[in-house]
Amino acid sequence: MHDLAPLTALGTTRPRQDTIGPLTISEAPDWALASVAARLEQERACADALAGLLGGPAPGIAQHVQGAELGAFWIGPHIWLIEAPYTPDLAQRVKSACGGSASVTDQTDAWVRFDLTGGGIVAVMERLSNLDIAQMQPAQARRTVIEHLGCYVIRHADSLTIYGPRASAQSLHHALVTAAKSAL
Amino acid sequence: MRLPSGGQIDRTQKLSFRFDGQYYKGHPGDTLASALMANGVRLMGRSFKYHRPRGVLTAGSAEPNALVALRTGGRQEPNTRATTIELFDGLQAFSQNAWPSLRFDALAINDRLSNFLTAGFYYKTFMWPAAFWEKLYEPLIRRAAGLGAITTKPDPDAYDKGFVHCDILIIGAGPAGLMAALTAGRAGARVILADEDSRMGGQLNSERFAIADMTAPDWAAQILAELSTRPNVRLMSRTTVFGAFDHGIYGAVERVSDHLPRPAQGKPRQILWRIYSRRAILATGALERPIAFANNDRPGILNAGALRSYANRWAAAPADTVAVFTNNDDGHRTAADLMAQGITVAALIDTRADAPTLPGVECLAGAQVIDTTGRLGLNSVTVRLANGRTRKLKVGALGVSGGWNPNLALSCHQRGRPRWDDTIAAFVPTADLPPGMSVAGAAEGQFSTHAALSTGAARATQALADLGRIATPPDLPQTEDTPSRITPFWHVTGDKRAWLDFQNDVTVKDVKLAHQEGFRAVEHLKRYTTLGMATDQGKSSNMGGLAVMAELTGQSIAQTGTTIFRPPYTPVALGALAGRSTGQDFRPRRLTPSHTWATEQGAVFVEVGLWMRAQYFPRAGEKTWRETVDREVLATRASVGVCDVTTLGKIDVQGRDAAEFLNRIYCNGFAKLAVGRVRYGLMLREDGIAFDDGTAARLAEDHVVVTTTTANAVAVYRHMEFARQCLWPDMDVQLISTTEAWAQYAIAGPNSRKLLQKLVDPGFDISNDAFPFMACTEITVCNGCPARLFRISFSGELAYELAVPTRYGDALMRRIMAAGAEFDLTPYGTEALGVMRIEKGHAAGNELNGQTTALNLGMGRMVSTKKDSIGAVLSRREGLNTPDALRLVGFRPKNPKARIPAGAHLLAKGAQMLAANDQGYVTSACYSPCLQTHIAIGFLKDGAARMGESLRAVSPLTGEDIEVEIVSAHFIDPEGERLRA
Amino acid sequence: MIINHPLLGPCDAQEFIYKGDARLIDRPDGMSDGAEAAFYDYAYLRDNPAGEHRELWFHEQGDRSWLVVTRNTLTHEITSVELARDVARSRGRSA
Repeated sequence: MHDLAPLTALGTTRPRQDTIGPLTISEAPDWALASVAARLEQERACADALAGLLGGPAPGIAQHVQGAELGAFWIGPHIWLIEAPYTPDLAQRVKSACGGSASVTDQTDAWVRFDLTGGGIVAVMERLSNLDIAQMQPAQARRTVIEHLGCYVIRHADSLTIYGPRASAQSLHHALVTAAKSAL
Repeated sequence: MRLPSGGQIDRTQKLSFRFDGQYYKGHPGDTLASALMANGVRLMGRSFKYHRPRGVLTAGSAEPNALVALRTGGRQEPNTRATTIELFDGLQAFSQNAWPSLRFDALAINDRLSNFLTAGFYYKTFMWPAAFWEKLYEPLIRRAAGLGAITTKPDPDAYDKGFVHCDILIIGAGPAGLMAALTAGRAGARVILADEDSRMGGQLNSERFAIADMTAPDWAAQILAELSTRPNVRLMSRTTVFGAFDHGIYGAVERVSDHLPRPAQGKPRQILWRIYSRRAILATGALERPIAFANNDRPGILNAGALRSYANRWAAAPADTVAVFTNNDDGHRTAADLMAQGITVAALIDTRADAPTLPGVECLAGAQVIDTTGRLGLNSVTVRLANGRTRKLKVGALGVSGGWNPNLALSCHQRGRPRWDDTIAAFVPTADLPPGMSVAGAAEGQFSTHAALSTGAARATQALADLGRIATPPDLPQTEDTPSRITPFWHVTGDKRAWLDFQNDVTVKDVKLAHQEGFRAVEHLKRYTTLGMATDQGKSSNMGGLAVMAELTGQSIAQTGTTIFRPPYTPVALGALAGRSTGQDFRPRRLTPSHTWATEQGAVFVEVGLWMRAQYFPRAGEKTWRETVDREVLATRASVGVCDVTTLGKIDVQGRDAAEFLNRIYCNGFAKLAVGRVRYGLMLREDGIAFDDGTAARLAEDHVVVTTTTANAVAVYRHMEFARQCLWPDMDVQLISTTEAWAQYAIAGPNSRKLLQKLVDPGFDISNDAFPFMACTEITVCNGCPARLFRISFSGELAYELAVPTRYGDALMRRIMAAGAEFDLTPYGTEALGVMRIEKGHAAGNELNGQTTALNLGMGRMVSTKKDSIGAVLSRREGLNTPDALRLVGFRPKNPKARIPAGAHLLAKGAQMLAANDQGYVTSACYSPCLQTHIAIGFLKDGAARMGESLRAVSPLTGEDIEVEIVSAHFIDPEGERLRA
Repeated sequence: MIINHPLLGPCDAQEFIYKGDARLIDRPDGMSDGAEAAFYDYAYLRDNPAGEHRELWFHEQGDRSWLVVTRNTLTHEITSVELARDVARSRGRSA
């Protein structure tokens, strides 16, 4: 095993956690991501392969699905992001499941993930995103703009996940914390 | 004066405040205007042009006169309406546009000169000499005229933006809005009820009549209490909906902290809300309009309804004896309410001969106010009675009502034009409303409270039905349902000045002058006289102005029409529009994986788009940036250097047709690119102009990694998606950006291979034979870290780019530095990168400048004629391929120490500095430490054939005029031997 | 403006990048006779209707779909929104 020490997107060895009133904002570095885009005319085979990985149908438009091991959310027509607890070989694993039916790209280090837990999620998010967060149902996943940054937002039953561009992790974190202090 | 009883103020608490340094006291619930009035202050400001003493005219956001500078220091805000400022303890306000003091203003001399200062005065007078306008006249005029001064200190407060969604947005929380909210709220719809006032209830807070068996304010409070318990109803007070935009989007400003001395820690002063609505109900009530008569602008002359509001809501009055001047029945209600609050009404002056009477007051039917006295505040009014005699009334205040205008501005924000309604003598909204909007209550011209309640319920019921909800409208409570009776009357005839627009000092005379000079269309009238162009946007004045114009032209008011209503309804602070995008947070920053390390090295950073890149790495003792950059270049070329190149865009292109797809995107051939090889590619726009360049590395038959320039990463991705989805929808190709997934470092210089060999895991052969120039491969480094290696060079040296997953980027940079110590590895920044690429003659952003073709760049032969690629056809246009077309060349100054200015144009010796003599221009220039001379590259007409020629590089901007020799752009290693070493 | 995305439903136009006339889908064949004239038309000639206009919008901050939006340039009323890929195929474009 190599001995290069990883840093989180915020540039530290330990993930950052901030609690503002009832809300906790946690950097979550221990996730792996891979994109899966169905090849032309292989959409069915790709969906089947994803179903095999997820233990159920691939997520529909703007949906998130949590399987036993892997999760997935829709990011565009016939393209998904697969998420799993961090492993360096997620993309290879997904690729071998999909074979020639999909193009798979490692996206683990393209993103920073923040999890919002506790109270006040709607109040904070309405200062950040034009999504109708109050009406967003669990297992919905949408792309949105947060302080000029293109992000994915996934609603869970009692939390919210934000994936933002990794290079702007500090700016995104600053925006989240500032909005939380402002709104809560 | 403060009235002994009544008002929605908390008399148990006192608030201390200052106006022009003088201390006063008020109560919670007061506005600055009501508190000043309660303290006997009538004079609150000076007018824009004539510096006339002015007092408050209205009791709300339409106020043209009582504008003050609020707060001090960085929080000082000019032109704040005293009528909407909620009083807080310690408030400080200052009058504006007066010097040396509000009571004695030197520039009141303008008032004496008013015969000269009529409409159009500036246009006519300050014409000559033309050069004087900018330097002399305009600064003088601007200093004399105008509003409050802005602070030059930074605003210490924060402004948020926010987004809210609703089924029904209700704008205005008066009787119509409250009833609409109740109807929609009970039906379960998502409702937003927004009102600019701190206290919802609208006009009900200013009235004495009953609704059901309650006072009007109590009824409003009861409805609001119910609404506040409903989770589907959001009450947004202190929130001005300022614009109706497309498809149900409304802009609103919530003044979160304006009523506080300063915002709480971390809280914003204001929030700019973007409201997404499916339906909207405009329930903004009506605004009273004055009547113009001689000297109708003295402090103490108010709109009658405002006088009533001050008495009822704030228990304040400008004087104990007042008169009312009206052309409609609402003036009578004002008189009655004032008497009920213990104010003496000396007379009720009604322009109508058939005016009704009012018990307890002398009603002068068919009378008009023809003049007033009182320099700093009203002393008396002169009334011409129906019989022609005049009578002088000693009064300290006069309430004037010329009728009410439905407050319909938002109904016209999408170019709707209102319709004239004779029965209420006012413009009303038509059916041509912003889609999804309906109008209720007084805003629609329904002036009775009963009509407001019933139309509020009806509009909500209809909106709910549109959204598929069935509503049961609440029972309508018993309340007043008086018909609105008015006989239009706009201005009293006379010779003296009678004000229409108080804020911009536009009088009836000015409208007459505009008419006389042919500025008769309302839009011309507005611009010639500035009527309605002040910060109040003519809320109290436009109607009167166009009525006078209608009278002069002999047209009806309906034919005369109105000017266009545009957002914002009331002024919006620029800070609110900026939101959090200020200072350091103007835009998000993108940090490279080596950012922390580079900071530790003392790197100087430069913004490249959103990226922060290390520009150079100064060492102790280096006095100038040039010294540092020269060292970095020489060290790299002599041994080895490292540079973070993560910022280049990376696009993962996969699919069976990946290579063929790129073959159409790039103008040069890509179909035959072998796996394990990299190729330079040039993208053209469809018009044949160069768009972007970069490399494409074929990792597998169906997998190519494309790099773009840092600046164009987003645009190239968009362009490729366009080609994929719109041009060739059945190609099997998939795209995704991986720019930030990989930390990528350029390792350049003759020792770069030796350095890399220390990092690359055994089993990967990177010798020159196994891994030649333009090779690429997937490898592992540092005992198993997955990596990609590309043998590409921007510097012209033997060079590689090594990429690892971003999380390992920091560790890898530190490892590279440690491994490179024996080679004196030198980190270099964007400056050295730039110097080396200029020395090598590589094009970059300065050359790919949106005006240049492949031919210009010296890559004309790269554009394949054997295939169809984007931009290929139009790049062959005759006009882009003339013999004298610009060619990329190099320049050396005759004097090696002479800097060549980038952007300089090329002229022949002795040629005049004329566009006709222009031979081309310099795009990139630097000092080459290797050649020990300044050098540059740029474009020269027919440049390829002109090597050795002497020209001048001339920069009229800097005054530089340098003799240069035309040379090849490839200053260093033109044969490319180093690359392949 | 709100664009009613065929997959995602109503989306704020701020999430999109505007490109222009949907005719840009009809790219001529660069290898055909008369290609230069055809490309001149394609690159430079546009109708500028006061009224209904079919135009290309890219959902850059969304699902990365190119859309063909039929919008009235006078009222901003949007009467139809289609996936550009479907439109392209229906206009005979393939690989």
